[in-house]
Amino acid sequence: MAKIGVFVCHCGENIASNVDTANLVRKVSEHPGVEVCAEYKYFCSDPGQETVKRAIRENGLTGVVVAACSPRMHETTFRKACAEAGLNPYMLEMANIREHCSWVHSDKEKATEKAIEITRSLVEKVKRNNNLKPISVPVTRRALVIGGGIAGIQAALDIAGAGREVILVEREPSIGGHMSQLSETFPTLDCSQCILTPRMVEAIQHPNIKVLTYSEVEEVDGYIGNFKAKIRKKSRYVDIDKCTGCGDCIQKCPVKKVPSEFECGLGNRTAIYTPFAQAVPNVPVIDTTRCTYFKNGKCKICQKTCQIENCIDFGMQDTFEEYEVGAIVVATGFQIQDTTLYGEYGYGRYKDVITGLSFERLASASGPTSGVIKRPSDGKEPETIVFIQCAGSRDPSKGVRYCSKICCMYTAKHAMLYAHKNHDGRSRIFYMDIRAAGKGYDEFTRRAIEEDGAEYLRGRVSKLYEENGKLIVRGVDSLLGKPVEIAADMVVLATAIVPQPDAREFAKRIGIGYDEYGFYNEAHMKLRPVETATAGIYLCGACQSPKDIPDSVAQASAAAAKVLGLFSREQLEREPVVASVSDATCAGCFGCVMACPYNAIDVRDINDRNGNLIKQVADVNPGLCQGCGTCVTFCRSNSIDLAGFTENQIFAEIMAL
Amino acid sequence: MSESFEPKIVAFVCTYCTYAGADLAGTSRLKYAPNVRIVRLPCTGRISPMFILKALQKGADSVLVSGCHPGDCHFAAGNYHARRRWTVFRALLAFTGIPEERIRFSWVSAAEGAKFADLINEITEETKKLGPFTQYQELQKAIETQSSY
Repeated sequence: MAKIGVFVCHCGENIASNVDTANLVRKVSEHPGVEVCAEYKYFCSDPGQETVKRAIRENGLTGVVVAACSPRMHETTFRKACAEAGLNPYMLEMANIREHCSWVHSDKEKATEKAIEITRSLVEKVKRNNNLKPISVPVTRRALVIGGGIAGIQAALDIAGAGREVILVEREPSIGGHMSQLSETFPTLDCSQCILTPRMVEAIQHPNIKVLTYSEVEEVDGYIGNFKAKIRKKSRYVDIDKCTGCGDCIQKCPVKKVPSEFECGLGNRTAIYTPFAQAVPNVPVIDTTRCTYFKNGKCKICQKTCQIENCIDFGMQDTFEEYEVGAIVVATGFQIQDTTLYGEYGYGRYKDVITGLSFERLASASGPTSGVIKRPSDGKEPETIVFIQCAGSRDPSKGVRYCSKICCMYTAKHAMLYAHKNHDGRSRIFYMDIRAAGKGYDEFTRRAIEEDGAEYLRGRVSKLYEENGKLIVRGVDSLLGKPVEIAADMVVLATAIVPQPDAREFAKRIGIGYDEYGFYNEAHMKLRPVETATAGIYLCGACQSPKDIPDSVAQASAAAAKVLGLFSREQLEREPVVASVSDATCAGCFGCVMACPYNAIDVRDINDRNGNLIKQVADVNPGLCQGCGTCVTFCRSNSIDLAGFTENQIFAEIMAL
Repeated sequence: MSESFEPKIVAFVCTYCTYAGADLAGTSRLKYAPNVRIVRLPCTGRISPMFILKALQKGADSVLVSGCHPGDCHFAAGNYHARRRWTVFRALLAFTGIPEERIRFSWVSAAEGAKFADLINEITEETKKLGPFTQYQELQKAIETQSSY
């Protein structure tokens, strides 16, 4: 005979002010099977939990319903209380009368009526709950880090430093990401490459890190502690183990005028190339769309030049590798918005309208102009540069409502670098607000204004056109309330940061969520910032939201800490919500096998004593089963059921509503 | 229909998206019609058409099935199964004479508290217009009278 205890929480005034709890207790007490029904101000408090425990012990309760907040809030709390009182923790149900009732309805009478029905229906469910045991699964203590920018490198180094293996996958030919393209970094103005390249080298030389460049994650299967990742190693046409990185092939390549992606098109590369001089690994790749051999079937000069036998192999194919990993860190980074969206700024039409990232390359000592700031059109040094901030960010009409966060700082940095390189130059900056929150950031922008003469104009630019070799920038100074017109030599757009173009598609492939823009969602904005909703997959860097280097690095270390926390255990305990098959009734149609998204159901033979096959039935692997219940609904003979959400339980719940 | 008719709506939702979305509506203190009763399931893939029929039989005037957006399913593909099942089930509904408007299929993510609130208000209004769902009871009565012959 079921003996159910119902505990109605007031949650201070949160529930009690909108639900007549006394009435709720009275009505529920009359429900068959309810042994005890009590109300209290805060059941989640220590004395509240004590009350629950005492009631379980004294009345020998067989099930508990706590009518309070969402199970997402306190289910664990009360399960623990049940367990401590000797009741199986899965004999608990939470009736959500706060989030789903008292907080959302203003009519007290109707809210009370609803609360009674919710509670009763869960009493009926809990009567049919079964004693369950958590499932233990082993943890593969190897991590997969996707993306080899500064965030991915940091996460990989931290995990590897703690003695765990890491697979670091990068789709470009070299690790380093966007940080390798930057000239100097705010707010210290130290050279980006100087601080980054030692990290890159450390990563590739680390005995615990396996770096796979020019590779992409094709598929991820499995679950926390037990993922399987399939990785495509794109063919470089150069043997990564044999190549010494001498660079002779690059020197001799006859195709020399390919706009370099790394230089934002301001410099050229060859068809066989490394993206930049400090590339890690320092092994070239062949761009088959540009290579004369791949286009015409003739050339192979690089192969003839190469001193190492069979190092350059034109017949190389993509290969696939599979890795078992226990945790995944996603650090896939960002792209900058397509600035041609802004017709009024003339990007793409005028050569001297460039993006902030291009300016980084112009200012970089290793860049196409060796650090001298020159106009892309005629190579002259500009005397006046106009910087346009929020060129894309905070503009709902262009689909970017958010602030890209780093532009205020890098624009101030650009103005400074320009002042340091060209003492007579003027930089005029159109801005909406200066957002310089961060350690040393506001001081930095003040320095740009006070010491390096950056002239800030609050307002937007409406039009930009070319006249007599100058770019005429028309805008408004909203503080003076007057239109302004500036004849500039160069215009730099602080372009919005946007997710990778394939961010959504990739999220679907590995099973994580993303927001309206395509940035990846954390499990909780404030309290779980590096976890995704998928257990075992973590986030860091600009794939989650626009971020500067310190934030990306901090988040990467946080993600690494989460991974290492997971790896500190050999076994994981997981919810026993899994499906199971009744051998007696299974007809062996195996519709469930098709329905299962996890390939968790196999065919099992049932043999008699002599080994003769009697029949074949479906068999659920509880380690792989994630408990979605799709198979249960699919089953024609009602032979599969899902622990915690059995047919019996759900029908009882519906009948009681 | 009399003004006082208060429909009963049974919502079958997945715990990862729509249940969390309804939680968000709560934490955001959005107000919506008190006519809905939520049944929490792990995934829309777990929602059997039998649940829907049972709810209608037991006096629900409308049923809502809601889960994660396509592509966002916590269980990778459960919501696709639910969607396909719904397509087939809809044809069956037409055959049995249960008006299709009694059943709503929707996607509400964990971030869409406002959408959940709006959806419930909308369904409540629509169901009020449709009036009480009595076909099942009438059928039951008819069977009882028949068997008394």
